[in-house]
Amino acid sequence: MPIILAIDTSTQACSCALNRDGIIIERFEIIPRQHADRLLSMIDDLMNDQALVYSDLDAVAYGQGPGSFTGLRIAAGVTQGIAFGANIPVVPISSLASMALQVGKSEIDIVFSTLDARINEVYWGIYSVEGKRVSLIGNEGLCKPEDLPPCVSGNPVSLIGVGSGLEFLNRMPEVYKEILSDKILSIYPRAGTMAELAVEYFLQGLVKQPEEVSPVYLRDNVAKVSVK
Amino acid sequence: MGGYQASLSAACGIIPSPLIAQMPMKVLGIETSCDETGIALYDSEKGLLADALYSQIELHQKYGGVVPELASRDHIRKTLPLIREVLDKADCALSDLDGIAYTAGPGLAGALLVGGSIGRSLGMTLNIPVIGVHHMEGHLLAPLLEKNGPEFPFVALLVSGGHTQLVEVPEIGRYTVMGESLDDAAGEAFDKVAKMLGLPYPGGPHVAKLAEPGTPGRFDFPRPMTNRPGLDFSFSGLKTFTMNTVEKNKVNGVLDEQTRADIAWAFQEAVADTMVIKCRRAFKHSGLKRLVMAGGVSANLRLREKLAIMAKEEGGELYYPGFAYCTDNGAMIAYAGCMRLLAGQQDDLSILAKPRWNLETLPSLS
Repeated sequence: MPIILAIDTSTQACSCALNRDGIIIERFEIIPRQHADRLLSMIDDLMNDQALVYSDLDAVAYGQGPGSFTGLRIAAGVTQGIAFGANIPVVPISSLASMALQVGKSEIDIVFSTLDARINEVYWGIYSVEGKRVSLIGNEGLCKPEDLPPCVSGNPVSLIGVGSGLEFLNRMPEVYKEILSDKILSIYPRAGTMAELAVEYFLQGLVKQPEEVSPVYLRDNVAKVSVK
Repeated sequence: MGGYQASLSAACGIIPSPLIAQMPMKVLGIETSCDETGIALYDSEKGLLADALYSQIELHQKYGGVVPELASRDHIRKTLPLIREVLDKADCALSDLDGIAYTAGPGLAGALLVGGSIGRSLGMTLNIPVIGVHHMEGHLLAPLLEKNGPEFPFVALLVSGGHTQLVEVPEIGRYTVMGESLDDAAGEAFDKVAKMLGLPYPGGPHVAKLAEPGTPGRFDFPRPMTNRPGLDFSFSGLKTFTMNTVEKNKVNGVLDEQTRADIAWAFQEAVADTMVIKCRRAFKHSGLKRLVMAGGVSANLRLREKLAIMAKEEGGELYYPGFAYCTDNGAMIAYAGCMRLLAGQQDDLSILAKPRWNLETLPSLS
């Protein structure tokens, strides 16, 4: 089994994790605005604790987004530095998929994974989760809560909602409120679940070179052309 | 190689400097504080081995200035490919690196974090020392990359899009700000005047080019803050004066070509004369005779010419970096970082990004 280091700083949570033979060892802290200060110490501590050096790693997985732009770039930059330095590939993982996996049970669940995207918008994705398998239904999106699709892909009878985007639940189309069987706002993207997902992707060859690390911002209209 | 140092640093926490001072050191420099991605490899014995630069000017041009979020997004795309390019050019492997220096500030927070995240984590992975460098220390030491660089002590005039400062430099690592701009930086004033004259961003080179056929003496612009003592600058009034001149001289809403050139000339002349007056005062004030100019505006030929004459009149000498090292670049960061690493300084595992950072608070090397 490959040894994979995973890193996530896409929200206020900052985490890193190792997947060694299916065993997850994770460091997870909720530390707004301190990711740059703390992340490398957390990784270093984790590696030392496991008596590993970077050349022991097979790949670095990272939370590609969506999430805080600055946070996404910290994870992306650190992933590039480690993977380039250790000459290993990288595995991008969706922050929303990482959240969906955290509520996975043995039967199939449909999970509505959503994050507060600021300026009155949410990042969202609908996932089918079966145990440790997560698959995205349709695409991940960014929109105002009111503008979510009026029917949920696949017309599930029930939906598990996770993440900070649920703060906007009362502004979402009726169907989301009607079929929501469970809602857990306090679920964050985390490196532990990313490390789990990454092994599957790694074994399937779904890896990239460090230069190809590219955050998934979803929001791309970030500048206005000057009128003058 | 880095292995010996690394084990030492792990064991002692700090590298004893006399030991390192005798070992040559190859330092990778990473600059991402604004709109240029600059990477370089500096060797303490052989000098600059290679450097590479990617400028985002085109990306930001249509916005009339740097858009921080777009700058950060571009740095994350460009930094690693440029590091590879520099290593290839220098025919070096990662294992040849003895240290890494990255710009830790001042600058755009998001942009700084890209270089910092990559640089600090690469150093951690390679187990070599890393240091966050002050961008303006990089600029200030850039003339030392040249063959006949200045000796210490000297007075430095730092002029860029973000800074206008006169700094007394008794030795490497010790800086006293003698005066600075109270409002716009000189480069910023050039950018704004360029916009008034319908020229693209960044304004400096375009204003200088437009000024070439300008008529000396047609317009007389103020030399701000020169008629009272002190070494501080102010360019905001000069900017307004320029704007008023532009408006007054429009015929049917447009400026004729010669008038545009004459205004550009008068503006540039006013900036250059102001710098000359302040630098002469800085010589008198400090008793020093060596003047170093650095930063993007130090590429301005008229300013170089006038400061060189002043320095000669005062029995001193003017130093400036090669054109490529006036604007932001990785070489100056590699150099400044190398000096500090050789002195035994290095950072812990924090990724540093200090948008504002006072040059005077830097630790000295001795």
